[in-house]
Amino acid sequence: MAYKNYILVCAGTACESSKGIALYEELEKELKAQGADAEAQLVKTGCFGFCEQGPIVKILPDESFYVKVAPEHAKKIVSEHIIKGRQVEELLYDKQQKGKSSDEIAFYQKQQRIVLRNCGVINPEFIDEYIARDGYAALEKVIFEMTPDQVIDELKAAGLRGRGGAGFPTGLKWGFTKNAVADQKYIVCNADEGDPGAYMDRSTAEGDPHSILEAMTIAGRTVGANQGFIYIRAEYPLAIERLNNAIDQAREYGLLGANILGSDFSFDIELRLGAGAFVCGEETALLASIEGKRGMPIPRPPFPAVKGLWGKPTVINNVETWANIPMIILKGSAWFSSIGTETTKGTKVFALTGKINNSGLIEVPMGTTLREIIYDIGGGIRGGKKFKAAQTGGPSGGVITEEFLDTPIDYESLQSIGSMMGSGGMIVMDEDDCMIDVTKFYLEFTVDESCGKCAPCRIGGRTNYNILDKISKGQGEMEDLEKLKDLAQAMRKASLCGLGQTAPNPIMSTMNYFEEEYLEHINDKKCRAGKCKNLMSYTIVEDKCIGCTACARVCPVNCIKGEVKKPHVIDQSACIKCGQCFTKCKFDAILKG
Amino acid sequence: MAKMTLEELRNLREAKKKEMTQRDGNDKSAQIIIGMGTCGIAAGAKEAFDAFLDELGNHNINDTRITQTGCMGLCFSEPTVEVDVPDMPRVIYGNVDAGVARRIVREHIIGKALVSDHIFDKPAADIIK
Repeated sequence: MAYKNYILVCAGTACESSKGIALYEELEKELKAQGADAEAQLVKTGCFGFCEQGPIVKILPDESFYVKVAPEHAKKIVSEHIIKGRQVEELLYDKQQKGKSSDEIAFYQKQQRIVLRNCGVINPEFIDEYIARDGYAALEKVIFEMTPDQVIDELKAAGLRGRGGAGFPTGLKWGFTKNAVADQKYIVCNADEGDPGAYMDRSTAEGDPHSILEAMTIAGRTVGANQGFIYIRAEYPLAIERLNNAIDQAREYGLLGANILGSDFSFDIELRLGAGAFVCGEETALLASIEGKRGMPIPRPPFPAVKGLWGKPTVINNVETWANIPMIILKGSAWFSSIGTETTKGTKVFALTGKINNSGLIEVPMGTTLREIIYDIGGGIRGGKKFKAAQTGGPSGGVITEEFLDTPIDYESLQSIGSMMGSGGMIVMDEDDCMIDVTKFYLEFTVDESCGKCAPCRIGGRTNYNILDKISKGQGEMEDLEKLKDLAQAMRKASLCGLGQTAPNPIMSTMNYFEEEYLEHINDKKCRAGKCKNLMSYTIVEDKCIGCTACARVCPVNCIKGEVKKPHVIDQSACIKCGQCFTKCKFDAILKG
Repeated sequence: MAKMTLEELRNLREAKKKEMTQRDGNDKSAQIIIGMGTCGIAAGAKEAFDAFLDELGNHNINDTRITQTGCMGLCFSEPTVEVDVPDMPRVIYGNVDAGVARRIVREHIIGKALVSDHIFDKPAADIIK
């Protein structure tokens, strides 16, 4: 027999610490005492991500959302809500109106899913489910009801800008290609997602492959191209499988191939697999790679929109940009441009990772603040630690510090504070992260991924990396800071493509906001986060050590010596600073610093 | 199916739309939707999938559909599974390993009670209606 009601009590760590468990036990007791235990089932849940208002209780099926519920409220919840079916008004989340479900709480509405509209909803391996969610209706409209100029005007009016990171207006781009005169034109999807920590495009291709195919076909119709390519890295096997499967199904249904839906328009799409080189995400290098050449960038202009794949006019957009297009055509530019900020319309998908409670894929309207993303949607910093910075834009981006948490996010605002939108990776860092270490990581990445064609990027990147390495080892000097800045400027100005031009961004950004950390590393030979191993040591406090030998046994290099029941000593010259003794010690006898 | 005309596509869309909405109401069968993006699979969604199939088979349950979908965005709680049983609220389970999958079949599908400790809530309402 099914229950009439379900009482969900949050048992995440945050709510537990605010007496979630006592509440659970009290509810259990009250249900029995009032004879309602057959009416309602009591369930412990994972975190609702709303810890500031915890402990949280949600009652299904009417979706009442109670916040800050104390154990003493249990009696009333059972007697009023479960037995009499009346909401306990004083506990309702204050933005939730009486009788409304939690679907309508503003907090949950901070996300808005346009790109991810079908991800986690449809089965990506069945075209029918996509079609049932208005799939290919936009294509219908473009083929049978709109002229190419109308499509371009619609995109321009919508204000859609490229989601790959640069933010170029999509309608304008399509217009260039449409107006270019050529015997052959191409459509390309850039699915070469390579920023560390970013996986928005992969998830979209895996969860909703047809949205990309439909949008590319729309572009083909609009600019007069009949061949499309999706450039995707070979290390995304599932996305490749689902895209191939989707292409086969679309061909079978006549949504790709000759005479689409009985019209005179023909269009087909093929995949091209990349070997996972970061530079191939740069559009000219990507096109070279599709042509079978080595993936190296060439100077622009001419832009691909005029002279692209095999010298022909080519529309190249990023996965997320493509996924927006069918919705814009269907729901209109007025709807789309009503979302977002003055300069940046629509939504942005972020891959939220790092020291955050609810890491995952989120989509928010442009203009959402970082605070809302991290604290309301992401559920705050893991382990209750202090927020230090968020890194956006990957190796080309920068950090956003606490003082800018309330900046509404769009292309311009992020640029003005020295970061960038980028493709959407967002890595959250707390007090345990060292900014020099983080910068070094990104530099190592860009040095590794530099194609080596131009000197500023090839030599400048390496030299900067060496300087950072020196600083992290405690051998830095004050003049190194000047050198870093000079080289960064040179790379920005003289590098051939975006990779080299933006590679110094993490340095400039962290030097700007965390100069004191650089100075500490150089002058005091200190790393406050304890990340730079050469600048820290573990020592045993004699008074606290009881000689349990736990640390000596766990030490991988056997550098801890001492007799049983007598204080131990770490041999600093042999210590590799792995920190295992620190975690193992139960008596806080080991000091880190 | 052969290549479609415009009309055939529209008819198919209408038919499928009905099918998908009816799923919630008239159709009495339960549905298990497993998030099978790379994050889900890496966290063990395939093992959970197999466990669901096996456990449903063990109990001779034939009216429950198992389908897959993409990433729900709740990567911190992968593998995630949405369970929809008629006359019960639609819920999402997180951290579903093979053991939890078997519990879901026994307690939720058969026992009509939610499985404690593994329910998560979709942090976002899909407001594109």
